[in-house]
Amino acid sequence: MSSIDALRDPNPSGPAFIRHIGAGNVILAVLLILYPAVASDFFLTQIGGYTLIFGMIALSLMLLAGYGGMVSLAQITVVGVAGYSVAIFGENSSDVMGFGWPWWIYVPVAVLFAAIASALIGLIAVRTEGIYTIMITLAVATAAFYFAQQNYTLFNGFPGYAGLRAPEVFGVNWRDPLPFYYLCLGTASICYAAVLYGAQSTFGLTLQATRDNQRRMRAIGYNTTAHKVFAWFLSGAIAGLAGVLLVWFQGRISPGTIGVGAAVNILIIAVIGGLRHPIGPFLGSILVVMMQTFAIDIVGAERFNTLIGLVFLGVVFVSPDGMLGLWEKAKPYLKQNSLRPDP
Amino acid sequence: MALLSENTRLSSTGSYALEMDGVARHFGALVALSDINMKIAAGERRAVLGSNGAGKTTLFNAVTGDFDCTYGRIRFFGEDITTIPAHDRIRRGLRRTYQISQLFDGLTILQSVYLACRGVSRRRFSLLRPRDRDANMEQARSILMAVHLYDDADLQVATLSHGRKRQLEIAFALAGAPRFILFDEPAAGLSPTERRDLVAILGALPSHIGYVIIEHDLDVALRVSEYVSMMHNGRVFKEGTPEEIENDAEVQAIYLGDGHG
Repeated sequence: MSSIDALRDPNPSGPAFIRHIGAGNVILAVLLILYPAVASDFFLTQIGGYTLIFGMIALSLMLLAGYGGMVSLAQITVVGVAGYSVAIFGENSSDVMGFGWPWWIYVPVAVLFAAIASALIGLIAVRTEGIYTIMITLAVATAAFYFAQQNYTLFNGFPGYAGLRAPEVFGVNWRDPLPFYYLCLGTASICYAAVLYGAQSTFGLTLQATRDNQRRMRAIGYNTTAHKVFAWFLSGAIAGLAGVLLVWFQGRISPGTIGVGAAVNILIIAVIGGLRHPIGPFLGSILVVMMQTFAIDIVGAERFNTLIGLVFLGVVFVSPDGMLGLWEKAKPYLKQNSLRPDP
Repeated sequence: MALLSENTRLSSTGSYALEMDGVARHFGALVALSDINMKIAAGERRAVLGSNGAGKTTLFNAVTGDFDCTYGRIRFFGEDITTIPAHDRIRRGLRRTYQISQLFDGLTILQSVYLACRGVSRRRFSLLRPRDRDANMEQARSILMAVHLYDDADLQVATLSHGRKRQLEIAFALAGAPRFILFDEPAAGLSPTERRDLVAILGALPSHIGYVIIEHDLDVALRVSEYVSMMHNGRVFKEGTPEEIENDAEVQAIYLGDGHG
């Protein structure tokens, strides 16, 4: 991985880059804020909200994989920790657990639990590298799925929990399509901005340097294990926020939400989008959510997974860096700046 | 060179920067290091010579904690560091460079050296972006000035030439307040001009900073060291001043005879 940040490399002069990215982000923000003016309720929630939520989950993976070089298949498990926390500490209609805490207590608790769970998974996973990290996190995800399915006292087993609702706050019902869309947009924007800022922070540089050369990092005084575990903690906080939104959106959580299929889905979203920049997971999320929603209409209910698989293969075959890589390839043709000296 | 006349080895207060006591390292049945007993005074400049496979780099790895030694004790300024983790040894003032450059391809030169300065400071963990006037950033710039990389500070490490990568390796070793440095073949693959620069950089180090240098190029090694340890088959078999080593028949047979001279 020769460059951290696909959108930064061509122009090493800092302030110009910040202005450039700022402009892009401002346009993006305006478009997303105006999106409800043209979108139906279906497009606001089933497409918009869903894309933002899964984009956040994939972002939590991008943080680990892109900056940290640690590919995790357990992100959906972390989402599940937050989701089940909402069901257990908040209200549900399943007559199991449901402490009925107010949202402003159970949301921070759920996110904190998710972050701690992620850090614990990280504590195990950082002892390994590459494919072994994937295997260990897959094992964690699988174990968590079966445990949730078979445990009734805490997870209510197969049916899981239903009747989970976003609260009414400030007189706004956050379950309604428009407020819920803006809630997702706001949360996703905060996470995206935090990752974008954090990538150039001292911790962000530390993480990327550890990815590039762990041995050297130790030889300049860093306890690399501690830094990596902290990256898992931050990643878990993002996945946890997404988890709270996800169960509010779906109104329920069951073992199926955190199954192996769902775990792989997150990896597909992140890889299709690209792991080199935090916008990648959201691009991948748009494509996958659109396909999952509309592929049935195009190729029928029996073949829609085939279509998704083929598109995935197509993107990865053409560009190993996903949709971000496609953009990088297309840029010289779109702009007249191909005279830029090659790095 | 100035270094030769300035014999800090004898003027030290009797404290040793580095003491190795029966250090050995086995890889399975292979004995890479055996019974190394070395005492290096604070401020001393020592060269370690020996043919390939003599155990020189293994010795460095044992000292810095890149891997544990199988037997023996290592003391750094009197403190037993045999079992403490690598990063804690670095925080105590030990530094090293690698024979094969160990760099961060995704970062720029300045970011790399900034991290090295931060790594040995107490503020090594921060979620904020470093400000331009950050003390560690300033130090990184002055180190880059010293190793002639200042003008390339914003270049991506992956794009650097071999020579620049070797200079960056040196920069890592100068971060913070080094007390003792291990240079592992810093001149490997450098042009004659770059070698002269390297000798000048080593000569310009403050006299209280001692080092051990592994160097195949005798011309460099003997010019930048006050004392020489010869290694062969995992053991130190001869020690002496550069002149003694250069004129030793046994050394010439083993070391100079195999085509490195």
